[in-house]
Amino acid sequence: MRRNWSIPYLLFLTFFVLIPLGLIVYYAFTSHDGTFTLTNFRKFWMHPEAMNTFIFSIGIALITTVLCLILGYPAAYILSRMESRKAQILVLLFILPMWVNFLIRTLATVALFDFLSLPLGKGSLIFGMVYNFLPFMIYPIYNILQKTDSNLIEAAQDLGANPRQVFLKTILPLSAPGISSGIMMVFMPVISTFAIAELLTINNIKLFGTTLQENIYNGMWNYGAALSLVMLLLIGLTSLLNSEGTTNDSAEGGLI
Amino acid sequence: MIKRILSRSYLGVLLIMLYAPILIIIIFSFTESKVLGNWTGFSFKLYTSIFKSGVHHSLSNALWNTLIIGLISAFASMILGTMASIGIYNLRPRARKTVQLLNTIPILNPDIITAISLFLLFISLGFSQGYTTVILAHITFCTPYVVLSVLPRLRRMNENLYEAALDLGATPFYALRKIMLPELKPGMISGFILAFTLSIDDFVVTLFTIGNQGLETLSTYIYADARKGGLTPELRPLSAIIFITVLVLLLFINQRSVKKKR
Repeated sequence: MRRNWSIPYLLFLTFFVLIPLGLIVYYAFTSHDGTFTLTNFRKFWMHPEAMNTFIFSIGIALITTVLCLILGYPAAYILSRMESRKAQILVLLFILPMWVNFLIRTLATVALFDFLSLPLGKGSLIFGMVYNFLPFMIYPIYNILQKTDSNLIEAAQDLGANPRQVFLKTILPLSAPGISSGIMMVFMPVISTFAIAELLTINNIKLFGTTLQENIYNGMWNYGAALSLVMLLLIGLTSLLNSEGTTNDSAEGGLI
Repeated sequence: MIKRILSRSYLGVLLIMLYAPILIIIIFSFTESKVLGNWTGFSFKLYTSIFKSGVHHSLSNALWNTLIIGLISAFASMILGTMASIGIYNLRPRARKTVQLLNTIPILNPDIITAISLFLLFISLGFSQGYTTVILAHITFCTPYVVLSVLPRLRRMNENLYEAALDLGATPFYALRKIMLPELKPGMISGFILAFTLSIDDFVVTLFTIGNQGLETLSTYIYADARKGGLTPELRPLSAIIFITVLVLLLFINQRSVKKKR
């Protein structure tokens, strides 16, 4: 009886999630007049501009993710070792900037660079990205580190592990699920971001999200849909690789 | 000791980096200068000018649209998501897993993919884009979060209470209102708040579904503004107000929950 209550939402999901995704596939494989074609994908392969932007975006996303991990992991670790009341307030402070509209934050970053008279370009782009997405890395890692059983760490110490070994053999593997979800939460939005790059580099650097938007806006729906499909595939691939890593790790965690 | 100082100052440096841009906005909301980063003397003029009607008609319009769209989509998502959660909870395990998987698609989808797919849907159907399409789009990406915050409450609920109410002669509707809803309320409220913040902060999906009839939300307004080269000065005090309000609210909620735990 009450299970029927999920029907409205199922219909809604079908209509506004599944069918639209199907439409991306449909548009990607058809030409303007609706006949089946692969030209849209061929155009992507042949067109160095879109291809270059694609590869460049992956590069920026990788750099941002690595920087967020390097900066964020120590922060999450320090936070997880603090007494919980203080840590709670500090974690809140780290998440709080997310509540200011990201366009305003991005423009403020531009102002900061202007203020310090630093040039806008790749540097400001990467700073802006790290600035925007660092909290997404800190939060999941902090969450998992805070939950780890401190007995395990003490056991490692009692069994004669030096601090480095304790970290590499105990803390790091235990926090792997947090790292993995942090990576997802940074890499995916950066790869698909749009507007941040233009604002941070005064339209000098374009990322793949912008290429998608421009094509759709100029009425190239079929080509735009094909590019969207390429991005979807990339994201599906990343999350697949990532989820494999996580399930293994959490299985190990479960064994302990 | 040294370790402690080092780790504290590391957190301090990161926080300074995160807050520097916001501080700049707040500082420069107290000067009249048109360009952000140019100090032309202390003044409250920008603050008073947001509240003067007619001065920046399009900005206050955009602000209203943002709030209205946020409230309507958050409310609709809350209702749809709560109903869905009750339904999902009562499904057989296999079906439940499938629906839960479907529910994560909008969460995992990047903004721009959601935006383009909905754009293609509205175009293919010949929908004219405006208020309705933006709200439908916002409900699409907000509802999954409501489901995620209501479902755990259902799992924690004591099933027997609802059955007992029915046995004692309550109609299903009465039992729902008196037993189920009070249990689900915290989840529904946090789902609503989450949906509201996601909606007012959204830019990409809104841009693709808002059409070209001149409808603007805060984020599309800022985007158009920024492309013209520079923010409307009034956006500085506005963001400062929003930021401080959120800061105070969050600290207040946090303080309260800490007290409760004790």
